Amino acid sequence: MTPTSVMSGLDTPTRSALAGLLLAMADDDFVIGFSDSEWTGIAPILEEDVAMSSIAQDELGHAKVLYELLAGLLDDGRDADALAYDREPEAYRHARLLDHGRGDWATTIARRFLYDTADAARLASIGDGWPPLAELVAKIRREERYHVMHALAWVDRLARAGGEARTRFAAALEALAPDAPTVLAAPEGEAALLEAGILARPMSAAFRGWRTEVFGILGPLGITLALEAATDATRHRATPSDDFRWLWGEFTSVRRSDPGASW
Amino acid sequence: MAVGRVHLGPSLRSGGFLVSGLATRPAPPDEGAVREILRGVADPEIPSVSIVDLGMVERLEVGPGGIEVELLPTFVGCPAQDFIRDAVIEALAPLGRPTVVGYSFRVPWTSDRITAAGRANLTAAGFAPPAEPRDVRCPRCGSGVVVRDSYFGPTQCRSLWYCRDCRQPFEAFKPI
Repeated sequence: MTPTSVMSGLDTPTRSALAGLLLAMADDDFVIGFSDSEWTGIAPILEEDVAMSSIAQDELGHAKVLYELLAGLLDDGRDADALAYDREPEAYRHARLLDHGRGDWATTIARRFLYDTADAARLASIGDGWPPLAELVAKIRREERYHVMHALAWVDRLARAGGEARTRFAAALEALAPDAPTVLAAPEGEAALLEAGILARPMSAAFRGWRTEVFGILGPLGITLALEAATDATRHRATPSDDFRWLWGEFTSVRRSDPGASW
Repeated sequence: MAVGRVHLGPSLRSGGFLVSGLATRPAPPDEGAVREILRGVADPEIPSVSIVDLGMVERLEVGPGGIEVELLPTFVGCPAQDFIRDAVIEALAPLGRPTVVGYSFRVPWTSDRITAAGRANLTAAGFAPPAEPRDVRCPRCGSGVVVRDSYFGPTQCRSLWYCRDCRQPFEAFKPI
């Protein structure tokens, strides 16, 4: 079988930048998927138990195919599972926004809202320069539309509820705001990705569009946030949070209990 | 399907393709017969709707070299994918031809791909077929006085609804 790395026709700097982009996208979806799956069985209402589980399943499904694309590109003997599970916590490249634990329901909704809207802006920035990613993204965007609708319904509900719901939600947004733009940090080698058409626009443009959208949603609800552009250097923490280390222990526990087992 | 092209797509997924071997070489079956066999393969959660009527079969090639089936996942993370792929291999095995079955994202699966027969069978099975919210009807009593309880249901492709006329909850396929 001919590996994608040979088939792709990409030069080395572009391939390296693409690998970084795929890893960031996959790790983001993987981490928020696992984190939100923690609500399965204990969400505030039954419908949300189902919804958070379904959304988590979507995110893990997206991460799986992104890891598969990355495995084909790297062609270093690691498959999608090895990429997903066989790294130390320090080697994950999820954005800082996702390094926070799921917290309470208000924090979960605040994070979902910030991530879903930012992720949508990132997906909208993918060009057709590398068909395997472009085709996958076209499919993912149709599914993500439901995540955004779900998040917006809850933003409206919590913000308009007043009382403790609004207080907690506003506090969660404020706490997450400094890390939210890290989802849209410019990837290393962005110029090469733009040149190859793998990115259709720079992440700085995606960030500006996203910030305008977020302000447009929160403004009428009387909530203001400070959102500053992030750089690749500050996208992820060199030392992951204790929340993430705990989550890592959870999502690798089965894999580590019997490495290489098949199901 | 040419292996090179297959591997350009996300169908690279580990275990994405299965190839069945063969011992004998009877005359190649015609495409219509193969498609008819695929009409007997269904999503395990919706046994009454075949993968053909769900619009999952994007390409079918039947030639002297064997049979190639290109499937589209309804949802990227649908856990039924491996089951359905194995079921297609198994269903075609009696033909005794080399068979390649794989998934791709070459074109996105959309709910518009479900055939009229597929929509009728969904309704008969108790699911409202995909529609814009104003067009959703209760699959039991046909009433349009329905309300969506949740965008998300027990599988990725379904949402939760309630019929105010017959006062029953039901599930509708998401338009996607």
